Amino acid sequence: MAGASIHLPFLKTPRKTIIINTMENIQQILEKYPAQGRENLIPLLQEIQNFNGFLSQESIVEVGKYLNLPSSKIYGVATFYNQFRFQPQGKYHIQVCRGTACHVLGSATVLETLQKELKIKAGDTTADGLFSIEVVACIGACGLAPVIAVNGNFHAKVNSDSIKEIIQNYKNREI
Amino acid sequence: MNTINIKINNKTVEANKGEMILDVLNRQGIKVPTLCHIKDVFPSGACRMCVVENVKTGKLITSCSYPVEDNMEILTHSQRVVDSRKTIVELLLSSHPDDCLYCVRNNHCELQDLSAELQVRERRISGKKNNYHIDRSSASIVRDPDKCILCGRCVRVCEEIMGVSAIDFINRGSKTIVGTTFNKGLNNSSCINCGQCIMVCPTGALTEKNHFAEIRDAIQNPKRTVVVQYAPAISVSLAEEFGMSPGEDVNGIMNAALRRVGFDMVFDTTFSADLTIMEESAELIHRIQNGGQLPMITSCCPGWIKYAEEFASDFIPNISSCKSPQQMMGAVIKSYWADKECMSPENIYSVAIMPCTAKKFEAQREEMTSKGITDVDAVLTTRELGAFLKMMGVNLHNIEPEMVDSPLGFRSTAGKLFANSGGVMEAALRTAYYKLTGKELVQFRIPAVRGLEGRKEAKIKIGEMEIGVAVVSGLVNAAKLLQEIREGRKDIHFIEVMACPGGCINGGGQHIGASEGALKARISTIYNIDDKEVVKVSHKNPEVKQLYDNFLGEPLSHISHELLHTHYQKRDVLK
Repeated sequence: MAGASIHLPFLKTPRKTIIINTMENIQQILEKYPAQGRENLIPLLQEIQNFNGFLSQESIVEVGKYLNLPSSKIYGVATFYNQFRFQPQGKYHIQVCRGTACHVLGSATVLETLQKELKIKAGDTTADGLFSIEVVACIGACGLAPVIAVNGNFHAKVNSDSIKEIIQNYKNREI
Repeated sequence: MNTINIKINNKTVEANKGEMILDVLNRQGIKVPTLCHIKDVFPSGACRMCVVENVKTGKLITSCSYPVEDNMEILTHSQRVVDSRKTIVELLLSSHPDDCLYCVRNNHCELQDLSAELQVRERRISGKKNNYHIDRSSASIVRDPDKCILCGRCVRVCEEIMGVSAIDFINRGSKTIVGTTFNKGLNNSSCINCGQCIMVCPTGALTEKNHFAEIRDAIQNPKRTVVVQYAPAISVSLAEEFGMSPGEDVNGIMNAALRRVGFDMVFDTTFSADLTIMEESAELIHRIQNGGQLPMITSCCPGWIKYAEEFASDFIPNISSCKSPQQMMGAVIKSYWADKECMSPENIYSVAIMPCTAKKFEAQREEMTSKGITDVDAVLTTRELGAFLKMMGVNLHNIEPEMVDSPLGFRSTAGKLFANSGGVMEAALRTAYYKLTGKELVQFRIPAVRGLEGRKEAKIKIGEMEIGVAVVSGLVNAAKLLQEIREGRKDIHFIEVMACPGGCINGGGQHIGASEGALKARISTIYNIDDKEVVKVSHKNPEVKQLYDNFLGEPLSHISHELLHTHYQKRDVLK
């Protein structure tokens, strides 16, 4: 049955509480690292993201001031890696598997439908903060391909019709 | 011995130890195509356009970043090398928009040239075309990422010459683009609008913002009087846009050409450069004699001003409050001249022709208005003037020279020096010397502040006093000097800063692809004018004197302050 939901708690995406006023906390993280040079840039960004759930514009500017690096350089490094996000995750974080098996069975269409349906691109969050999309390489559930995971809940053998239904179900929860 | 022998295309030649292969090849007159290479900037070897074959290892190596080795053998145009270069161009073209006919860089595009040189005649590789947004948010610069081939020259110039780093590579692989922090519009970034990125861009990915339509509308409108002014550097740079020899002074011809395309009055910004010198030298003397903030720093360069507001706001009190010559001229046209001609300033449309893209930004700063009327309405770069004249069917080759209009056209040669790095300094010192001692300098030339070096310093004796002066161009050099001053350096009283290396003759609005020889030709034409003509100091400009007698009173008067001076403030941008 399309859209069957299997819960795999060990794959659950860590959900972070988003703290609005985070500047003080960022300062505390920064102070753990030497104030010059780019050697510690990536661990620093990782720690900030672990704390905030994403890298905000303010935090990137702060890191730049602290390390004496232009913010364009930091943003350049951060966008090079898939692990960094620049918007808070949505309440429902959708991971779309784009591994080989899912690709063969049409995950490109699934991703396209999702992006159209939610009117965002992979990596972005909807304006109402409900949904975010992340493209992941292989989720390790090739038998369920094409597969997506919403907050760690797997939806197996999805297609462009079932995906709309899944989204609608999550939206309905919010009413 | 510091030289070694290497073999190039089976011919033995001498090379200096440690130099790059490309430098040897250029000296030998062998043309190897390059894309990411920028002269005198550390090589990146990113584009691999300059590959040559190392016979002994059988490898293709990037000649721009590979130092010569003893007895190495190089082939510069073997079949393998040429095919490899051609493939690179084909790959670049595979995702390029191919809209050359609509591109502002059509006919002077390096990608187009390479494609022609390497005989690319069919589309062998088809790739996915990009479809990014064109960034028109900046007042000066338009970015079209679709046309970008990611050579990275703009990124390196912005970082290594300007010390701004407004842009960098963002994302990865086929999604890589050159962009600002958070890929915001350039107007939110730390971009200072200098346009040096345009000067090095091999394609049409970076261009200046164009205002032809507004200017043509104003010219067509019978109710509007369209006034034009041109910067000191224009008359020695415009010739190159028409294939004439670099450095040729076409001042008179340009006056005639501007009238032909419909400008009602033709004024020379060099006049207001003289006016700037009157105000600025008075300000310098005032600061020295009254314990004001020193060193005083010039304010003519809008790229530098925005840089200071963003990165060196601790020096804002040091910057001269004088508007730049462009803005002074604009303010004088819409006040003094408008009064004189019994004209309402609203009906005047004021155009400035500048070697600079940052002037477009400067013209729309809100400080640059009086009573809600902008000092200057539109700015054209040298390149754009060339294109505008061509569009209007004017060819510089067969025009009789004409005189500039009075009363805002007469210039001293001191004002003309503003085109070169060190020129504002030299002009200001000539007038300051006269004001302080009552005598003219015996030797007007100050060779220590001339030339293309990034930093020049001198000690100048004025009567009993000795003042220390410094001239910097290329903002990385300015940043270093300012840091020395922060750390306690006290021997400098007056600093001239120009954002572009070498000053306005190498501004971001100038002819693209000019050689160092061409820059030197422009510089020497300016100094030749100074040597040949009689009025060498700003305070002897009769029309400037008239302006003070009839309107302004004296330098730093109340009305001067209102019209000719401005203020700066710390600017919060993404930096």
